[in-house]
Amino acid sequence: MRHIISILLENEAGALSRVAGLFSARGYNIESLTVAPTEDPSLSRMTVVTRGSDEIIEQITKQLNKLIDVVKLQDLTEGAHIEREMLLIKVKAVDGAREELMRLTDIFRGSIIDVTGQTFTIELTGTSEKLDAFIEAVDDKLILETVRSGVTGIARGERALRL
Amino acid sequence: MELTGAEIVVRFLKDEGVKYVFGYPGGAVLHIYDALYKQQDVEHILVRHEQGATHAADGYARATGKPGVALVTSGPGATNAVTGIATAYMDSIPLVVLTGQVPTHLIGNDAFQEVDSVGITRPCVKHNFLVKDVRDLAMILKKAFYIATTGRPGPVVVDIPKDVTAAKADYKYPKQIALRSYRPVTKGHIGQIKRALKLMMAAERPMIYTGGGVILGGGSGSLTELTRLLGFPITNTLMGLGAYPGTDKQFLGMLGMHGTYEANMAMHHCDVLIAIGARFDDRVTGNVEKFCSKAKIIHIDIDPSSISKNVRVDIPIVGNVDNVLKEMLRIIKEKNLKPRREALKAWWAQIEEWRATDCLKYQQSDEVIKPQYVLEQLYKVTRGNAFVTSDVGQHQMWAAQFYKFDKPHRWINSGGLGTMGFGLPAAMGAQFAHPRSTVVCVTGEGSIQMCIQELSTCLQYGLPIKIVNLNNRYLGMVRQWQEFFYQGRYAMSYMDALPDFVRLAESYGHVGMRIEKPAEVVPALKEAMKMKDRLVFMDFITDQTENVYPMIPAGAGLNEMILV
Ligand SMILES: Cc1ncc(C[n+]2csc(CCOP(=O)(O)OP(=O)(O)O)c2C)c(N)n1
Repeated sequence: MRHIISILLENEAGALSRVAGLFSARGYNIESLTVAPTEDPSLSRMTVVTRGSDEIIEQITKQLNKLIDVVKLQDLTEGAHIEREMLLIKVKAVDGAREELMRLTDIFRGSIIDVTGQTFTIELTGTSEKLDAFIEAVDDKLILETVRSGVTGIARGERALRL
Repeated sequence: MELTGAEIVVRFLKDEGVKYVFGYPGGAVLHIYDALYKQQDVEHILVRHEQGATHAADGYARATGKPGVALVTSGPGATNAVTGIATAYMDSIPLVVLTGQVPTHLIGNDAFQEVDSVGITRPCVKHNFLVKDVRDLAMILKKAFYIATTGRPGPVVVDIPKDVTAAKADYKYPKQIALRSYRPVTKGHIGQIKRALKLMMAAERPMIYTGGGVILGGGSGSLTELTRLLGFPITNTLMGLGAYPGTDKQFLGMLGMHGTYEANMAMHHCDVLIAIGARFDDRVTGNVEKFCSKAKIIHIDIDPSSISKNVRVDIPIVGNVDNVLKEMLRIIKEKNLKPRREALKAWWAQIEEWRATDCLKYQQSDEVIKPQYVLEQLYKVTRGNAFVTSDVGQHQMWAAQFYKFDKPHRWINSGGLGTMGFGLPAAMGAQFAHPRSTVVCVTGEGSIQMCIQELSTCLQYGLPIKIVNLNNRYLGMVRQWQEFFYQGRYAMSYMDALPDFVRLAESYGHVGMRIEKPAEVVPALKEAMKMKDRLVFMDFITDQTENVYPMIPAGAGLNEMILV
């Protein structure tokens, strides 16, 4: 099962490598990892997407909690939540393909944020699944470059990850 | 009061109550050594290799329950210390290791004797710090001791750049600390404790299995009281020996790969397993699929991540072992709970049958010294009162099987990492902690050579350690595996070109003895023990082909032992 784990951690040098090191040392898988400071500059918020059986996810959360720099964490996938990832994609856009790409971008509610005579750069946000679907829909031969932010997420409703 | 960083380090150690620092100087820590030179409160012990410093600090910690402290320089000093840090980490030993670092402005420049000590040690410490500002130094040191000694203990590294030790700051001993991200639990959940007790009282074939956590958590007293009150059989892991009196009838000996038949069979057949401060290590469980398949499992541990890591448990209780056991005792007495005496009687009858196989028996010989015999006699001659450290190999297993520990903190060995070279420096730490007690290092001719240089430290500080070298001219444990699992292809396990250990000991200024005949064993041990103020190196020339029995081959179940 895929899990999205949100972590509040001390905004200290080395905190990121402790988390990354834990995953590699114990052989846990990381699909994506994002991290940035929060409104409280002493804290960073990290989102890790990982996969594993219930036992493995239980170990992952326990091991993360054991890190001294981890202040608090939450498995978002345990409840209703919102997941977002951003995709920037540069595509070859010439002749008929220009029309087609504009239509596709509309359907996916993306926007074209940079244009040259030969290329479009498109921005798209959504769940990872939606971004996958968009990339799937674009003709392989047209894709010049893609970059994804990795997943961030937040719980729905009143549940909040805070001190 | 304004002090330099170096003075703060030394002052802090004094205020923290540290008596000994095991260390080795070098460029990055010269300011700290200068500060040490100018005072008398903290005694620095000069080892001969930084691995020795960390093992000695570790041995001190294991023998006392107090944190051990080591001080090493940057670069090679820090890398040499890593083996000792990892050893302490695997066995959850409270250690604070201070490493020097190149000046802050040079960090990252491949400066002379620079290594990323924080990076190198990260996977084998409980936590580590790089001190960037002298004003944070005292607080970081306080955090280091607090983290090392609380919760599930472990080593903490504090990396201190040289300029930080020269810079000045106001110093006040930080009495209080608060860490918002680290609040170890202490009390167990009362509902879980009651559920566990219910299961224990209903058990027909209960078994208590305890590990190093009972010793670390100061729970020996309550464990002994509870076990006696219930009349349940008990086994200890390699790390847990001494938590329950080894001479008691309810004690079934050690369990696991080289554990006793009765302990492993009782584990395999029990219906309720009470695991306390133990972590279901693979050397204990054998094949986890077959492990205690008939049992409901209760697990008491301070570390939530130990619970259900290797083996799924039914009733987890997270908390300090001693607190939880005391709470159990209180409820049992208050509610007058009683175990099932009739069922227990039948269970004990079965256990006695297993015990009757006498699985540790060995063939005594008049010609050649059996290693088991040496340990049996060592136990008798020292009346079971010694602090015994060991290295790693067959001798370690025989020591664990044949020396019966009635008290905690007396059996000191590298269980988790299995570090050859641990024994002698660990014995130094134990001897500093207990200057008037007998400290014995049980070792092999392979292991002792990994930290042999510490014989020099022992002379400098007059440490009267008794070294029992079981010299079989083989890396015995390796040879045993090659005999069993590689059809006797003894690749690189013969120890050729050995030194003359007697003359070696003498050249280090100690007493050396070679013992070649079984009849000489007891007189030699007695003579050595009489030399209260000398280190005696006893080189016992033992049977070359003796194996450690019983043995559970890796991956087999606990009921699939190889007996003699
Ligand atoms: C540092 C280190 N290197 C290698 C090993 C692997 N190893 C485990 S036991 C052993 C043999 C130990 O030989 P010795 O000290 O002579 O003891 P014996 O088994 O003969 O009693 C070896 C090489 C280890 N545990 N530690």
